[in-house]
Amino acid sequence: MLLQLNQVSLSFAGNSVLDEVAFGVAAGRIQSLIGPNGAGKTSLFNVITGFYRPQRGEITFDGERLVKRKPHSVTRLGIARTFQNVRLFREMSVLENVMAGQHCRSRAGALAAVLRLPSQRAEERRIRATSLECLDFVGLADSQERLATNLAYGHQRRVEIARALATEPKLLLLDEPAAGLNGSEKEALVELIRRIRDERGIAVLLIEHDMSLVMSVSEHISVLDHGSLITEGTPQAVANDPRVIEAYLGQDDEELAL
Amino acid sequence: MLLAILIVTPWLSSQYVTVILTNALLYVVLCLGLNVVVGYAGLLDLGYAAFFAVGAYTIGILTQQFGFNFWAAIPFALLAAALAGVIIGGPTLRLRSDYLAIVTLGFGEIVRFTARNLEITGGASGLSHIPEPSLFGWYIDSSIDFYYVFAVLAVLAYIASQRLFDSRLGRAWLYVRHDEDAAEAMGINRVAVKLAAYVIGAIFGAVGGIFFSVNLGAISPESFSFQQSVLILMAVVLGGMGKIPGVILGAFIVVLGPELLREFDTLRLLIFAVLLLLIMLFRPSGIWPEKRS
Repeated sequence: MLLQLNQVSLSFAGNSVLDEVAFGVAAGRIQSLIGPNGAGKTSLFNVITGFYRPQRGEITFDGERLVKRKPHSVTRLGIARTFQNVRLFREMSVLENVMAGQHCRSRAGALAAVLRLPSQRAEERRIRATSLECLDFVGLADSQERLATNLAYGHQRRVEIARALATEPKLLLLDEPAAGLNGSEKEALVELIRRIRDERGIAVLLIEHDMSLVMSVSEHISVLDHGSLITEGTPQAVANDPRVIEAYLGQDDEELAL
Repeated sequence: MLLAILIVTPWLSSQYVTVILTNALLYVVLCLGLNVVVGYAGLLDLGYAAFFAVGAYTIGILTQQFGFNFWAAIPFALLAAALAGVIIGGPTLRLRSDYLAIVTLGFGEIVRFTARNLEITGGASGLSHIPEPSLFGWYIDSSIDFYYVFAVLAVLAYIASQRLFDSRLGRAWLYVRHDEDAAEAMGINRVAVKLAAYVIGAIFGAVGGIFFSVNLGAISPESFSFQQSVLILMAVVLGGMGKIPGVILGAFIVVLGPELLREFDTLRLLIFAVLLLLIMLFRPSGIWPEKRS
């Protein structure tokens, strides 16, 4: 397993958010994490990426322990993420946004910048080229000069994915990437997720409420409810699992559309 | 064009004007340094004069009491300022910006009181008779000489600011200022990046202090008061945080403003204050704010 969680527990002020969660993401796999609202999905992302520190449990990624690492260090190891509410640097250009991802793959310091050393200039060119390639990959190379905040919402989501790709990850975590997208944008997203895996070999773990999207794109699904993993398996197995249907009872109609 | 004006000005003006302009150029250096901290990295610093003081006092003590050559003392002054930047920045940069403001304010006062009470810093009367530096047999002593020294420093500070802004580190400051969590998620160590801003700001301040001390030949704790910190911060905010031409304009306004209003005599500071308030009222993000395409 590329990413492995063992008995991970998280609580805030005595309220259990995650209860002994154990699951893995294989290298090069497209996997989904589903569950009703408040099941702890985003908390799990925050635990993996170092934003929350679990009280108990082990998380290993590519042979390294993740617990107690700061988010920037987790990203350096090769896990990139997007946010549930798009969090671009709104007042910066689209290309500058994507270049943020290259920060952890470059090293020029203040002195190199002030002296404009040849190595620093070469690195700047490389950062720019890699970022443009990532932007081109999501189909937004034409918008590179625009302010992030001026882009259509669906495009902002794609810029966020390009920015995550610019960190050169082995695993990409997408937090509700289809939220707020229309039908054709969702189709394009499915295609993009497949290309990220097929062309770049990056494993993808996504949290998503749109069940038809989850069913069509995932190779493996893990179901979280009240902070516990209730089942996991192939899309067919999960869709027919009575525990899953039970977990979703009482939820919105949208979420019942399994 | 601007460079040409900068070069010929002292030949066309009186000594009084030259001295005032020299002071304005010193402020350009200090303001560009504080701009790295406040404008680029978004950290409110109310004790910036402390770094100015560290630079000035290190030179004063080393040249006057230990017989160092001025140029040989410079690396020590820069090192001392960088160290001061780490000491104050290290433990405090995890704080939110309003707490940071209070801590930096305290730090500024600590440095001033330390200088006041130590024997080596000359106590309340400070250090005097700091020797004038020479370069290849040329003594830098006239007001025109110092004008040119500060002109060169201001140009260097300008170039350094510009290059930092266009670099990986410059972008990292903006990312962290805009959204710390998103920046962290992109692999940017926010504490390290803020600390870099602090140390670089401290070095700019120390450069200003180093040449300030030899220009006047004497320094006292009152040169580095809280008021000094506020004045530098005011210039940065007034001109437009994060925007280099704006910050330079702010530096000139803060120094030249009170001089231009001299004919109003006792009312001049009052008029100046009202003008500043009006500017802030009508241009809250500065006269020449950062604007991105």
